[in-house]
Amino acid sequence: MASMLLSTLRSCPVSPSWAMRIGARSLSTTAQLQAQVQTKSKKSLARPGMKNIVLVEGVRTPFLLSGTTYADLMPHDLARAALQGLLNKTGLPKDAVDYIIYGTVIQEVKTSNVAREAALGAGFSDKIPAHTVTMACISSNQAMTSGVGLIAAGQCDAIVAGGVEFMSDVPIRHSRKMRKTMLSLNKAKTLGAKLGLIGSIRMAHLAPELPAVAEFSTAETMGHSADRLAAAFGVTRLEQDEFALRSHTLAKKAQDAGLLQDVISFKVPGRDIVSKDNGIRPSSMEQMGKLKAAFIKPHGTVTAANSSFLTDGASAVLIMSEEKALAMGYKPKAYLRDFVYVSQDPKDQLLLGPTYGTPKVLERAGLTMNDIDVFEFHEAFAGQIMANLKAMDSDWFGQTYLGRKSKVGAPPMEKFNLWGGSLSLGHPFGATGCRLVTTVAHRLQKEGGQYGLVAACAAGGQGHAMVIEAYPQ
Amino acid sequence: MLARTHVNYEVKGDVAVVRMNAPNSKVNTLSIQMQNEMTEVMNELWANNAVRSAVLISSKPGCFIAGADINMIQSCKDAEEVTKLSQEGQKMFEQIEKSPKPVVAAINGSCLGGGLEIGLPGAFDMMLTGRNIRADKAKKMGLVDQLVDPLGPGLKSPEERTIDYLEEVAIEYAKGIVDKKIKLHKEKGMMQKIQDYVMSFEFVRNQIYKTVHGKVMKQSKGLYPAPLKIIECVKTGVEQGPTAGYLAESQNFGQLAKTSESGALIGLYHGQVACKKNRFGTPEKEVKTLAILGAGLMGAGIAQVTVDKGVHTILKDTTVDGLARGEQQVYKGLNDKTKKRNITSFQRDSILSNLTGQLDYSGLEKADMVIEAVFEDIKIKHAVLKEVEAVVSPHCIFASNTSALPIKDIAAASKRPDKVIGMHYFSPVDKMQLLEIITTDQTSKDTTASAVAVGLKQGKVIIVVGDGPGFYTTRCLAPMLAEAVRVLQEGVDPKKLDALTTGFGFPVGAATLADEVGIDVAAHVAEDLGKAFGSRFGGGNVEVLKTMVDQGFKGRKSGKGCYVYQPGLKVKEVNPEIGDILEKYKMTPNPAVSSDSDVQYRLISRFVNEAVLCLQEGILNNPLEGDIGAVFGLGFPPCLGGPFRFVDTFGADKLVEKMRQFEAVYGNQFTPCQLLLDHAKDSSKKFHK
Repeated sequence: MASMLLSTLRSCPVSPSWAMRIGARSLSTTAQLQAQVQTKSKKSLARPGMKNIVLVEGVRTPFLLSGTTYADLMPHDLARAALQGLLNKTGLPKDAVDYIIYGTVIQEVKTSNVAREAALGAGFSDKIPAHTVTMACISSNQAMTSGVGLIAAGQCDAIVAGGVEFMSDVPIRHSRKMRKTMLSLNKAKTLGAKLGLIGSIRMAHLAPELPAVAEFSTAETMGHSADRLAAAFGVTRLEQDEFALRSHTLAKKAQDAGLLQDVISFKVPGRDIVSKDNGIRPSSMEQMGKLKAAFIKPHGTVTAANSSFLTDGASAVLIMSEEKALAMGYKPKAYLRDFVYVSQDPKDQLLLGPTYGTPKVLERAGLTMNDIDVFEFHEAFAGQIMANLKAMDSDWFGQTYLGRKSKVGAPPMEKFNLWGGSLSLGHPFGATGCRLVTTVAHRLQKEGGQYGLVAACAAGGQGHAMVIEAYPQ
Repeated sequence: MLARTHVNYEVKGDVAVVRMNAPNSKVNTLSIQMQNEMTEVMNELWANNAVRSAVLISSKPGCFIAGADINMIQSCKDAEEVTKLSQEGQKMFEQIEKSPKPVVAAINGSCLGGGLEIGLPGAFDMMLTGRNIRADKAKKMGLVDQLVDPLGPGLKSPEERTIDYLEEVAIEYAKGIVDKKIKLHKEKGMMQKIQDYVMSFEFVRNQIYKTVHGKVMKQSKGLYPAPLKIIECVKTGVEQGPTAGYLAESQNFGQLAKTSESGALIGLYHGQVACKKNRFGTPEKEVKTLAILGAGLMGAGIAQVTVDKGVHTILKDTTVDGLARGEQQVYKGLNDKTKKRNITSFQRDSILSNLTGQLDYSGLEKADMVIEAVFEDIKIKHAVLKEVEAVVSPHCIFASNTSALPIKDIAAASKRPDKVIGMHYFSPVDKMQLLEIITTDQTSKDTTASAVAVGLKQGKVIIVVGDGPGFYTTRCLAPMLAEAVRVLQEGVDPKKLDALTTGFGFPVGAATLADEVGIDVAAHVAEDLGKAFGSRFGGGNVEVLKTMVDQGFKGRKSGKGCYVYQPGLKVKEVNPEIGDILEKYKMTPNPAVSSDSDVQYRLISRFVNEAVLCLQEGILNNPLEGDIGAVFGLGFPPCLGGPFRFVDTFGADKLVEKMRQFEAVYGNQFTPCQLLLDHAKDSSKKFHK
């Protein structure tokens, strides 16, 4: 036993500080937290030989309904605002990070590497490389975990990750026929050839191509798939409306109580200062019940009121190795621990990512559902959340589709999305992941829990889950 | 009260959910039992004041009602009995149609024939994506009012949950109709009003009946009585009112059910079902990788029907051009399905990912079966066989897609003849349903089982026959084509020849068929089989075909054959240049055997005699496979049900009599075989019971 311990210590590159930290933590933990920790499957998810990676800070611009105050901006403007907010909040020197990664879904073609444009515009040193990732609604999760990977591999010590989505303006293209004609026009040498090409333009050429929130592989829109998913799990309209109402009510409460500390104020050029999300609208069951089905007409159950809305917004987080953070004098908010990506059938299981990701990440971390104090799930549709909860609570589904002996177990609602969610706060596709992680960190601090779980679904039938551990206060 | 086995109901709120579930069957059919119980249930529901509406649903995933019960119709003794059955059915439909309480038909999957009739009068109908009918089309046509999407997995299997969901939605609709929240009938559009007005004139209606009648006659050549009777029924119904219409319908249906055409088609149906089973058992090893050698029309066609079944398909050719053409054929086949919206572009792409095109034998060690579709030359076949055996694993099966070369000759070059088998596909492979599998004495049972399993996976109707020159199908076709050439030599125009054969019920005329098969192939086969079987395969002069090939008239593929083919042109003209060839080989027709009908019987009797001889010699396992092979592979008139059923219905004695008459003029080509003579002697002998 002693020799084992020794060898572990030896194999650990940062062993002195690691040992010290454990000591420091047990000293600083309160009696209450200690009692809680002892009921957990594991005291901590720290692993010998592995770097601790911490979330130092997380911010976001207010999330606004698309077409409102941000309407005249460009995506990188929003990302820039989030980055500047992060700089302001942390006092981070502008050359202190090694790499910047951003996630986005619908790309503005002029700024396809939006990470670089935003970083330059936010005043970061031009010596810091930046790249953009895309993975539908878990794009900024991918940005963060890419950063985690760079730190874990020893390539970097400090990373800024974030996400941005700007739905007030989307690339609407000319039709393929028109594009072809225009490209040929570039190559046409003689006037006659040019006139011939112009003359070939017909009415059909002028019909534009709009981006759709639809699966490329199945051509089904996400709302339609969500409606079918809700029906498959027997989720009623009432359940969905109730969950949506809960989301808005909790978001309103959190906003009023000033719990949404990640939101920064943003002076929009030519407009006022924006400092609050504007999609939070607690309504009544009666009013919500009046709405007609939005996708499967007329008997569907997914409506505008129980779906997330098109949103503009950006988020950013500062991620560091623990030593680096401590060396720079930061007090980290949380440890970013195990994470998984999952994927499944994009037709019938498009939005079941959380159901697949949750048990997988818990198993990886060696935790159980009971160990988790804070759940933050991405709310794409109320029907999708309810379907996931039912799937996790079903022995049949667990056995048939997850290859388990029994059900995963649904998260208890008293720990679930207590400060609202994507349904009420808004869902800028590329930016939501960072909001989820930051919210878990803030909730762990506020509620005094130890472990938090983030889970999200994404187009393409993909999903993500991550375990976050509170940083000892 | 007697327990009902087929139809049951449950009252949910004020909606009765009527569930149809024929016990011990995959599908629901309109059997007597089903009809009786349905009528019973309907009567109970109308008498029940607590029920305000009803939902009609099947408990079987993927099948509402597949149609009438064929066995039930077959078991009727005479037309009157069928008429009575039909009237019972009509009564049931009428009852549902005139139901005082709204009935919603919740249709999940196939809904054919009578099933559609139940669905149609339903006050409010729904339909799910079935396999045959596209649900969205049905909605557009106005057959159904509302679509319900199939669901994925939830708390139950997708199939179960989808039925539950359909039922839930249907119940809501039924309530909505009763509460007048859902309007049933749309206002008639302007077009509809104009149409109704125009249709109120008798001469307009007569004109329409005439046009439809003409179209049907053109398509069916009057060989199929049913379409004409249907027009008659509609006419009676429109002109003399529904009661007379229904009466005409049931009487005509009764008569039709007992015609020889009906017997032939029902026989084909049963034969097809039988030929979709693997009587050789489950093969030891499933074919997961299939290699096809030769990316020509046939090779690529075989690839086409294989890739979309989830089988990894290797398509090998010797030239880049050949391979590119073959791969394009596979792509085009799938892309056409995408254009018709049968599959999505994404499905097309993922299907194509199963296809590997290559010029060498790399990766063939993984193949479980190799099908060669190279040029029909025994030397090339031997070379390919040896190359393949040098690289494949010991369990790999070698199948030859030859149309005439005996498999045992090909197997002679093999180190393991037990793994060699013939798989004769028909062109175009993606359209022709038949696969003729040829076994030699050495072919192992497992090899046969595996070949049948692959064919079934490819969606083929399969006959398994013995080895010999031309096997079964080519051997039957050859004498008929030889006779066709003689008919041409006797001065009959190719168009006239086509008209005579289609007039007998062949879907494609003999001259066109020769062009489709390829004049070079026909010449090749005629020569080979002529050598093997001697003068019995004579008749027309092979030199006619050979001269045509020499002049480049190889049929459709070369643009010229009996006809001239121009891309984009639908009407084809007779190739004027073959006139000289026919003139050179001109024969004088004997007026005693040259009437139109004589020509028809000369063609058909040689075909039929050879088929019966194949059974006599044991090439064929049974008459059923002979009928299926002839109809599905060679286009033998479906209304005659195949050569064996034709002998049964036409009478072997009458056929022999005709053949003797031809024999007197032409000789042994028309000598009836022993088995046919046996049947002629004893009229109680029948191929089909």
